[in-house]
Amino acid sequence: METLLRGIRNNEPRAIARAITIVENNEHGSESILSSLDHKSVDASLVIGITGSPGVGKSTLTNALVSSLRSLGKRVGIIAVDPSSPLSGGALLGDRIRMMSHALDPDVVVRSMATRGRLGGLCSAAGAVVRVMASAGCSPVIIETVGVGQSEMDIVRLADITMMVMAPGLGDEIQAMKAGILEVADLLVVNKMDCRGAETLTMEMESVLREKDDALRRICQTKATDGYGVDRLIETIYELESLFRQKGEFMKRRQKSREIEVIERALEMLKPQLQETFRSEINKESNDPQKAAHELIARFYKKLSAEP
Amino acid sequence: MTKKITPYRVLIAKPGLDGHDRGAKFIARALRDDGFEVIYTGIRRTPEEIAAAAIQEDVSAIGLSSLSGAHLRLFPAVVEALKKAHCHDIPVLGGGVIPDEDKEELKKAGISQVFTPGTPLEEILEAFRSACRNHRAEQP
Repeated sequence: METLLRGIRNNEPRAIARAITIVENNEHGSESILSSLDHKSVDASLVIGITGSPGVGKSTLTNALVSSLRSLGKRVGIIAVDPSSPLSGGALLGDRIRMMSHALDPDVVVRSMATRGRLGGLCSAAGAVVRVMASAGCSPVIIETVGVGQSEMDIVRLADITMMVMAPGLGDEIQAMKAGILEVADLLVVNKMDCRGAETLTMEMESVLREKDDALRRICQTKATDGYGVDRLIETIYELESLFRQKGEFMKRRQKSREIEVIERALEMLKPQLQETFRSEINKESNDPQKAAHELIARFYKKLSAEP
Repeated sequence: MTKKITPYRVLIAKPGLDGHDRGAKFIARALRDDGFEVIYTGIRRTPEEIAAAAIQEDVSAIGLSSLSGAHLRLFPAVVEALKKAHCHDIPVLGGGVIPDEDKEELKKAGISQVFTPGTPLEEILEAFRSACRNHRAEQP
């Protein structure tokens, strides 16, 4: 354990990778790793969430962002989340394919992560990984995920700045009107600017923003494959960061995501005990789930107060 | 309540200029369906890139595929790259169009298992399972 902690401090790739595994799986030693982290760098680092439908170019754009961020001398962390199979529990994590041009760069820390069917738990796992990377000097840390479903929305909440990537020709016009990720995204990125319909899409997005009259949201245009617009995108990201920090929005979000994470961890810890109480005491009694849930909580409290 | 064990993480890679990724993708899918978390790095990677990715992803095993005949040079190069990074505890398995007479040489170079055309899929999966199991057991 000591060697591992020392390794993390010395930025040894293997030690960081091991630490990420341990905190992701919440294995033995996870707590001592998390408490040993450099909290100053964690507070100072910027967490960027990138989301969007499959095929809009998230990984390619991430790769382009990393190239530009590296030329600015930044050490970058990337958490690439892909779904696990609900049937086998396995996963095929392919986001690295687009990022292999940075494989030999020691200042680009990439980690693929599977959702593992943990609906809420992913947030606490990813949050812990973010902190390990940030403590290892990575800023920004980029979380990249397919933007469908609740678990992805939750991950996005971990981020200080959320980016929604879209591309023309994927039916985004109506998608954009649906509730969800578009409402929480700070930055709308229209990628594949060389494709037909990209300008129309941009205009549609601009009108979406105008309706809300939101001064804290931005639109960027990119073509990730050749890096067009990427420098401008990075400028916009940092501009938003300083705006958020000025307005106190930054700390507000951090506190919010911390709250989500703490509650999630607490629920995870409670779950087995609730299950036990349910199986031993509630199971046979009532047919009404709502009533049973109330009863379960009541019994659980009683049990707690009975314990010394 | 039985606690589910964490899935094994493996890296499937294709070193060198060989672009025939059918075998690698087939194995990657089969491993996924068997409950592995498979990191696939795509075609045309250098041995150093593969080793670096495997270390960052903290995998328990690496699977290499080659259908072009360059396995005698490329597979051992991945083992060498791991050694250089002091990470040669990660087992390297290899497969592809490999003549039987090359098997011995590859094993001598540190490839723990070699699969030739016609190897039953279950045998390959079991080799990955046991490689990962052993590797995880050795972790401090």
